Amino acid sequence: MTKPIIQMKNIEKHFGPVIALAGVSVDVIPGECHCLLGDNGAGKSTFIKTMSGVHKATKGEIYFEGNEMNFDRPRDAMAAGISTVYQDLAMIPLMSVARNFFMGNEPTKRVAGINFFDHKLANEVTMEEMRKMGINLRGPDQAVGTLSGGERQTVAIARAVHFGAKVLILDEPTSALGVRQTANVLATVDRVRKKGIAVVFITHNVRHAMAVGDRFTVLDRGKTLGTAKRGEITPEELQDLMAGGQELATLEGSLGGTV
Amino acid sequence: MSETAQTAPPTDERVKEMSSFRKSLIRPELGGICGTILVFVFFFLTARDSGMFSPAGVMNWSVVSAQFTIIAVGACLLMIAGEFDLSVGSMIGFAGMSIALLSVSFGWPVWLAITITFVLCMAIGAFNGWLVVKTGLPSFIVTLAFLFILRGLTIFAAIATTRKTIIGGVRDVAEGDWLAPIFGGKIFTGFFQWMGDHGWIETFVRGSKAGQPVVEGIPMLIVWALGLVVFGHIVLTKTRFGNWIFAAGGDAQSARYTGVPVNRVKIIMFMFTAFCACVFATAQVMEFGSAGADRGVLKEFEAIISVVIGGALLTGGYGSVIGAALGALIFGVVQQGLFFAGVESSLFRVFLGVILLLAVILNTYIRRMITGEK
Repeated sequence: MTKPIIQMKNIEKHFGPVIALAGVSVDVIPGECHCLLGDNGAGKSTFIKTMSGVHKATKGEIYFEGNEMNFDRPRDAMAAGISTVYQDLAMIPLMSVARNFFMGNEPTKRVAGINFFDHKLANEVTMEEMRKMGINLRGPDQAVGTLSGGERQTVAIARAVHFGAKVLILDEPTSALGVRQTANVLATVDRVRKKGIAVVFITHNVRHAMAVGDRFTVLDRGKTLGTAKRGEITPEELQDLMAGGQELATLEGSLGGTV
Repeated sequence: MSETAQTAPPTDERVKEMSSFRKSLIRPELGGICGTILVFVFFFLTARDSGMFSPAGVMNWSVVSAQFTIIAVGACLLMIAGEFDLSVGSMIGFAGMSIALLSVSFGWPVWLAITITFVLCMAIGAFNGWLVVKTGLPSFIVTLAFLFILRGLTIFAAIATTRKTIIGGVRDVAEGDWLAPIFGGKIFTGFFQWMGDHGWIETFVRGSKAGQPVVEGIPMLIVWALGLVVFGHIVLTKTRFGNWIFAAGGDAQSARYTGVPVNRVKIIMFMFTAFCACVFATAQVMEFGSAGADRGVLKEFEAIISVVIGGALLTGGYGSVIGAALGALIFGVVQQGLFFAGVESSLFRVFLGVILLLAVILNTYIRRMITGEK
C-alpha cells in the first residue's frame, strides 16, 4: 500500500458553541478515490474546508506527505497541490473556456519588457486538455456558459490536474447533474485516479460513491463511523450508516426498498 | 487516456455550427460599432451643411467625445470588475478645485498642485474600493455617499478659503509650468499652421488671430483619451491582470477559489477610475483656466451610459474598452450634432434615455446568447 498523502488525525472544529467536527480521522492515499459520505449537516463541507485551508482545525493534526501541515490560507494548500473543485463555483460562465482554464495561472509572454497574456499557448493547451477529457469545443473562445454542468465540472477537474494537483477534492460534483453528465464526471474521476492523484469525493449519493470509490468514510453529526474499503461494505450498509440507521430502515419497509 | 487523445473527437451532432453572423453578434463592441455608423450617417445626411464636418466642427465634437471617453475608460474597467463609481462627477469637481486652490490660492507650483491632486484622488479611490471590499456593501451605495461627501467638501473648501465657488487665474500661474501643457496643451500646432498657410484648412481672416488656422492643433485631451483607450484595451485583453478583471466581475467567489486577488483588483480599478476623473478635471481646469465647485455634475452617469452603450454588462464580467470609447463617441457626436442640426437641445436627453434603454436590452439579449441562458 502506498503511503497516505494526507493524514487527518482527530480533527475537531468548533464554530463558537457548535461542534461541527468532533474528532475525525481520515487517510487519503495517492491513486485512490476516497469517498466522503454523509447527510446534510454531517460536517462533510467543514471537513474538506479544513483539508483545503479554508478553516483552521480547532484540534487535531494534519500531515501532508508525512510532514505536519497547517495551512493558513487556501492559496497555501493550493500551492502544496491540494485543489478543490466546488459544485457551482468552478467556472465563470461569461468568460471563455481558455480564460477560465488559466484563471489565476495565466501564462505570460514577454514582449518589449512587458508581460502579456499568452493567448496562443493558453488556447492550444486548453483545446488539447479538453480533447483528452472528451469535450468537443467549438473553439477555445467558447464561453463556459454554453457548456453543460457536467462539462463545467470536467473542465474544472482538468484544470486542477493540469496545474499539478496531487490531491483533488470534489465537493458534490454530481449532485446537480443528469444521468449522462454524472457518468462523464465519474469517468473523469476514474481517469484522474489512474494518474496517481488522490481524489476526495464528497457526495451523499451512495451509488455514485460505489461507482468510483476505493475507500468510504461516513460522517454523521461531526463524527466518523469509520472507513471501509471497497468490497468490505454493501451500498445498503452505507446508506444505513449515512442515515444513522434507524429512520431509513423503517422507511425502506414502507417505500418498498426504493430509497 | 492515450486512446482518446489520439483519435479526433467525434463531432457532437448537437453542437450547431455557428454562423459567422451570430459569432460577430456576440462581440461586446457590436452595439457601439452599429451605433457609431448610424449616428454618422444620420448627421451626415441632416447636418452636412451646418459646419459639423468642417475642421472646427470635427474638433468640436471630438473634444466633447474625448472628455466622455476619458471617464468612460475608467468606468468601463471598473464595471467589468463588477463595481460602479458614482462619485466620478464629484471627484472631477474636487480635483479641479484642489488644483486651483493649491496653485492659485496657496501659490504652489502648478506641477506640485497637479501631482498632489492626483495622489489625493487616487487615495480617495482606493478608500472607496477598500470600503466596498471590506464591508461587502454594494459599490452603488458606498460611492453614492462619496458623491455627496466630495461635492460638499469641494464647495466648503472653496468658500472657506476664497469665499467663491469659482477660482480663476489658473492659466496665468500655469504659464511656463512643465506639467500643465501635458493636460492643457496642443500638439501638431506647427502642422496645422502649415496646413493653414497652404489654405488647406480655414484661417481667421480678421482680429488678433488673423492668419492663424481655426484649428490650432490636437488638444492633449484627445491624446489622453486615445492613450487611455489603447492602455485600457491592452490591459484588459492582453494581460493576466485583464483576465483577473473579467474574473473579479464575472464571479468574485469563483475567482478567489482559483487564486485571483479579487480585492486587490477591485481596489486598483477604483483607483484607476479616480485617475481618469483626475485627468478629465486637470485638462478641464487647464482649458478653462478656472475651477468651479459644480464641475462634473452628472458625469458619473454619462460615463456609465457610454460604457453600457459600448456593450458592457451592468452586472460585470463582460465588456470592452473599445466599445466604451465608441459609446463615448456616439454620446459626443449626438450631443454636439443636435446643436449643429439646430434641434432643440432638451431633446438630447430624450434621445439619451432611449438609446440607453435600447443598449441595455441588446446587452441582455447578447448575454443570454453567450451563456446559453433561456
